[in-house]
Amino acid sequence: MFEAFDALILARVQFAFTVSFHIIFPAFSIGLASYLAVLEAMWLATSREVYINLFNYWLKIFAIAFGMGVVSGIVMSYQFGTNWSVFSDKTGPVLGPLMAYEVLTAFFLEAGFLGVMLFGLNRVGPKLHFFATLMVAIGTLMSAFWILSANSWMHTPAGYAVNDAGQFVATDWWALIFNPSFPYRLLHMVLAAYLTTALVVGAVGAYHLLHNQLRTGPRVMFSMAMWMIALVAPLQIIAGDAHGLNTLEHQPAKVMAMEGHFQSHPDGAPLILFGLPDQDAAVVRYALQIPKLSSLILKHDLNAPLAGLDTVPRENWPPVPITFWSFRIMVAIGTLMLALGLASLWLRWRGQLFSARWLHRSAILMGPAGFVAVLAGWITTETGRQPFTVFGLLRTADSVSPLAAPAVGSSLIAFIIVYFAVFIAGTVYILRLMAEPPHHGEQGPRGDLPERAAGITPAPAIASRRLG
Amino acid sequence: MGLGVDVDIATLWAFVIAFAVFVYVVMDGFDLGLGMLFPLFPNKADRNVIMNSVAPVWDGNETWLVLGGGGLFAAFPLAYAVLMPALYTPIIAMLLGLVFRGVAFEFRWRTRRERNRWDVAFAGGSLLATLAQGVALGAILQGVQVEGRAYAGGWWDWLTPFSVLTGVALVIGYSLLGATWLVMKTTGELRERAYRLSWWLLLAMLAALAAVSAATPLLNIEYAYRWLAWPHILFTALVPAAVAGVTALLLRALANRRDYQPFFLSLTLFALAFAGLGISIWPYIVPRSITIWQAAAPENSQLFMLVGVAILVPIILAYTAWAYWVFRGKVDPEAGYH
Ligand code: HDD
Ligand code: HEM
Ligand code: HEM
Repeated sequence: MFEAFDALILARVQFAFTVSFHIIFPAFSIGLASYLAVLEAMWLATSREVYINLFNYWLKIFAIAFGMGVVSGIVMSYQFGTNWSVFSDKTGPVLGPLMAYEVLTAFFLEAGFLGVMLFGLNRVGPKLHFFATLMVAIGTLMSAFWILSANSWMHTPAGYAVNDAGQFVATDWWALIFNPSFPYRLLHMVLAAYLTTALVVGAVGAYHLLHNQLRTGPRVMFSMAMWMIALVAPLQIIAGDAHGLNTLEHQPAKVMAMEGHFQSHPDGAPLILFGLPDQDAAVVRYALQIPKLSSLILKHDLNAPLAGLDTVPRENWPPVPITFWSFRIMVAIGTLMLALGLASLWLRWRGQLFSARWLHRSAILMGPAGFVAVLAGWITTETGRQPFTVFGLLRTADSVSPLAAPAVGSSLIAFIIVYFAVFIAGTVYILRLMAEPPHHGEQGPRGDLPERAAGITPAPAIASRRLG
Repeated sequence: MGLGVDVDIATLWAFVIAFAVFVYVVMDGFDLGLGMLFPLFPNKADRNVIMNSVAPVWDGNETWLVLGGGGLFAAFPLAYAVLMPALYTPIIAMLLGLVFRGVAFEFRWRTRRERNRWDVAFAGGSLLATLAQGVALGAILQGVQVEGRAYAGGWWDWLTPFSVLTGVALVIGYSLLGATWLVMKTTGELRERAYRLSWWLLLAMLAALAAVSAATPLLNIEYAYRWLAWPHILFTALVPAAVAGVTALLLRALANRRDYQPFFLSLTLFALAFAGLGISIWPYIVPRSITIWQAAAPENSQLFMLVGVAILVPIILAYTAWAYWVFRGKVDPEAGYH
């Protein structure tokens, strides 16, 4: 059944499929964990009931999203070995330690404090509980730190040598971890996670405001989310621009593909807004372009020369159409986010933040946009690195396991069926929770069961705060 | 002991990985066991209690599996690169099983209509993951074919009567841990049933241990030599002797209704079985093809991580212990949070 495909393509599809599913959940849980920490801090500081209600409301959603992140992540940590065993053998000495540190500093921290965060408020009291929430939030950020360091090393390797067995080995851990693209990628990804979450929170708030403008919970979350978007969307664009300039320096072929520059432009390269890149013919058909703008963006000079893919051997070209289009999707969504943020500032100033229905409708439409942008960004980055897994050093075709196509094909089908079944169900449960507005006396993840104080519960303290 | 243990970094790492795998078995074993026992407790209230007895800790338990796999990738990349393709099918099956049972922890509380479906996912996922782990263990013990730096065997090499036997043995073993965990964490009728189950499972576990022990030396003359040749046998005979002793204590604890003892004694049985495995495998990491020194990552990689392990693992153990402490004691059947 799979003879028509070779194992390499199937392994790539499988990796792309499982990691794309995985990244959706971290993008949300990194942002949500921080948001929960902020809500709980506000509750401790002000004792206003609305904050603990919102906290418990989002905690239930977090529990589901986090669970899906964990199980899809465990799959990822074994995918390297099962599908990319040659890659694993060669990069294990440099990437392995980074991932081991991720497990030690991030995964254990998240998992260790998760139970207390989800179920422990009545057992440990508000202060210690807040500490647990903070640890989970910090854990998600540490996890982003290490995995993005590992990933960035594959784009811009540094601090390594190659030994007799053909393995990459470290010569300078500091240079290896803080490799050239890492700071940019970390900043850009963490901002992306915050934006993604803010868009979801904003959409849920807007949805309930459409039904009733007076409810406190939706007002508070909508307002918080709009502040976040207004502040972070511009930062994200600046970060993205800096990221791109850095990529131009280290992975020029990727930027050529993103820009659709098949030809070199000795005096000022045009910015191609849209068009249909044709990889075989090496032209962009139906290009709609603005003269010299690309040189201005990338070199800060209208007439600066810009090299094109014609300077790169063909066997090292990334797939241009995918890179070109996914990049445009991300940038377009980023621009829309900026527009939403500005609109909210304007309406806030006019005192119409909670009454402008068109704003609420736009925020609902934009709810899933963060996920799309994150996926589009990753597809740009990863596809633009092709045909290498370790840029310039190890080809994707030389990374794959000695696999038989039927084995990879069957496991791919199994992953597709299971992921769709499981993650669609989870998404439905999350949407159902979101369809209800947060209400007075909102309960945590086990709230559908009668709650009863047990053990060392500081129940009175909590009860009085709840009413506060 | 005549096996020549030089303590170098690779050896230390072999112990670190063994430790991670053992902690994984200790911690996730009982919660996979609970999953497999789920069908025997059809009552909804019982199921809620069973779920809640592990809900706050399961994620931490499973993280040890990530450390085991990630540690192997980092410290012995060659072994990781050979074993993962060799065990392709069991590993994928395990991952899918873990997906099902992992999401069930939260999903089943979010729906009334589909709750049964997630209960089936919980039980089936736990069974699949356990079987796959046991089969993988058997497949490792029987050895895999290696050429150069890569796996050179076929796609079904892992499936033999021996690996099926180790798969079944692990199902029984984890179920015993699950049953004795319930003895410790529950009250009333639920605890009574757990006591009865523990009896049967203990007997089954002893039979499984005996069968695996008898079959292992038949796999290869080297295993037979390892266990049975003079003077090794003086040392190796301690293992079965200790198993007999622990079994006696366990039987007494079950008879005398010491709620806390059976679980820890069952863990001791696991520790002994694990020590037995160590005796069989040492100093290979891919039995009879690749030793730990051949597979070891360069020393600076191993050293770099060892620092982290030495500092962070004690801290991790401390806060993990704290999390267990927060949720200590019997689960209150009436409380949502225990
Ligand atoms: C930018 C962030 C990011 C990126 C690029 C990745 N992950 Fe992830 N991962 C997380 C951020 C994260 C997280 C936020 O830390 C998660 C989500 C839910 C959770 O428990 O932690 C997580 C969970 C998670 C887990 C489960 C941890 C546990 O048991 O608690 C594993 C094993 C991995 N990931 C492994 C990977 C691998 C091998 C990746 C690369 C291919 C990867 N992740 C990409
Ligand atoms: C989590 C967000 C990520 C997403 C959505 C993502 C997406 C992708 C996609 C779509 C490809 C396929 C490119 C192609 O074949 O054309 C790919 C390749 C790859 N990525 Fe990523 N990636 C992510 C993170 C990472 C990280 C963090 C690592 C490593 C630490 C990584 C390692 C790889 C490897 C080894 C390949 C090569 C295999 C292949 O070509 O499919 N990725 N990724
Ligand atoms: C309009 C503004 C934006 C610009 C100019 C921009 C620029 C870039 C560039 C150049 C890359 C490729 C980095 C590389 O070379 O490897 C990238 C990647 C990425 N982008 Fe953006 N981006 C923008 C908006 C966004 C938004 C709004 C999101 C999500 C909310 C996002 C999420 C990502 C992600 C997840 C990646 C992959 C990870 C990485 O390499 O950082 N971007 N972006």
